Amino acid sequence: MQAISVQNLIKRYAHTLAVDDISFTLERGQVLGLLGGNGAGKTTTIAMLLGLLVPTSGSITVLGHDMARDRFPALARMNFSSPYIALPARLTVYENLAVYGHLYNVPDLKRRIAALAEQFNLGTLLQRPAGELSAGQKTRVALAKSLINQPELLLLDEPTASLDPDTGDYVRGVLEEYRRTQGAAILLASHNMAEVERLCDNVLMLKAGRIVDRGPPAELIARYGREDMEQVFLDIARNGEL
Amino acid sequence: MQSLRRIWGMLYRHLAMYRRSWPRLAEIAYWPTLNMLIWGFTSTYIATAHGAPRAVAAGGLIGGVLLWEIMLRGQLGVTIGFLEEIWSRNLGHLFVSPLRPGELLGALVIVSAVRTLLGLLPATIIAYLLYSYDIFAPGPVMLLFFLNLLIMGWWVALGIVSLLFRYGAGAEALAWTIAFGVTPLACVYYPITALPVWLQPFAQALPAAHIFEGLRGALLGHGMDWRQFTLATGLNAFWAALSIAIFAGEFRRARIRGALLAIGE
Repeated sequence: MQAISVQNLIKRYAHTLAVDDISFTLERGQVLGLLGGNGAGKTTTIAMLLGLLVPTSGSITVLGHDMARDRFPALARMNFSSPYIALPARLTVYENLAVYGHLYNVPDLKRRIAALAEQFNLGTLLQRPAGELSAGQKTRVALAKSLINQPELLLLDEPTASLDPDTGDYVRGVLEEYRRTQGAAILLASHNMAEVERLCDNVLMLKAGRIVDRGPPAELIARYGREDMEQVFLDIARNGEL
Repeated sequence: MQSLRRIWGMLYRHLAMYRRSWPRLAEIAYWPTLNMLIWGFTSTYIATAHGAPRAVAAGGLIGGVLLWEIMLRGQLGVTIGFLEEIWSRNLGHLFVSPLRPGELLGALVIVSAVRTLLGLLPATIIAYLLYSYDIFAPGPVMLLFFLNLLIMGWWVALGIVSLLFRYGAGAEALAWTIAFGVTPLACVYYPITALPVWLQPFAQALPAAHIFEGLRGALLGHGMDWRQFTLATGLNAFWAALSIAIFAGEFRRARIRGALLAIGE
């Protein structure tokens, strides 16, 4: 079963070709990494997958729904987290989670929030306004929000960007556990290559809106004759591939 | 039911915010109260010191202030509610949730109605206690005026939100100024005939001018002018439909241009 199916996706702005004819699929229960330098088209691709952006051409099917015609049923079964968008600062962590619990029609909301608070160690933060939290705490709250509806598909943009190594490792563990227990698919955009190696079954390497390489991290490392994905990324970037 | 729950989710978001922000609560009633004090004293001064034209004696100025504030507060309630999402960089989360744009607007309209009610309560009490002016004196018919003005505020707000989609947060100033700019054409304090002839058709195209024509008649004891009321309601329906169409178009164009990703810039 495919969580995402993208066919010949193109996004053209007036003077820019942001995404240039890419196709890929993501199976349920799998983690796909979206890698590339700044301006490679990662954010544009994610925005189109979320229905925030209408493609110039091509098709996107998410959880069996055509995102051009029928995006809301899919949106109810997926979720998204990014450090680049925020939650209302005046609301407490509990209130923020409750708002999104209502938007995603989460049953037994109090219990769900309690479970997330335990999972992300938010117990002492629940009654604090979101605006008073540290960057790392905000990221944990954003991740908790992204799991509020127990999504079948999770889109994550730099999920551990502002976390210390210990918390980052803990969050990666939570994501692995979530994927294993829920059979969820995860699309992960990250510049943390160790994270990509640990979490991803496959990666897509984007450059100037095109997929320039793809495959499982171990296969890419072997193909490029390197020791890890960091070196593969640098190798490709310095040879002008990324 | 799911749709109602999503609307409740957005109402809960605003209730939680207002509960924690006294400046926002104070802002709701600040301008209506201030306006009521200024125009109430002005009205009293004109009526006592210079002899009272009938409309002034009947509270035309005070009634105008109160009713026009309904439109202004109604508009601000929706646009500020939308701007709150831009200011908190939360729109990205909302638009990738199952919340439909119509549900977001529905919640903002309810927030706006509650804000308007709370905001005008002190001004209404001041008008009654200080100037012996009872806005409800003409009877339940006043509720029809209230509703028409509130609806006008909402479609003006919808137009402003459409501009925010098109021009981003840079258009924020319009949220505070556009409705005030309409005031001369709304004929709040004078009849349409007081305007230059060439300007009158523009005023006639606005529901507000007809509402205030009707209001003056009701305050002067001429009873309800159903013709003006029907004109106002018809115009409101037309402008509301047009605003919804513009909003839908601008939202679609924002999704094409990628403006939803950068609306806060």
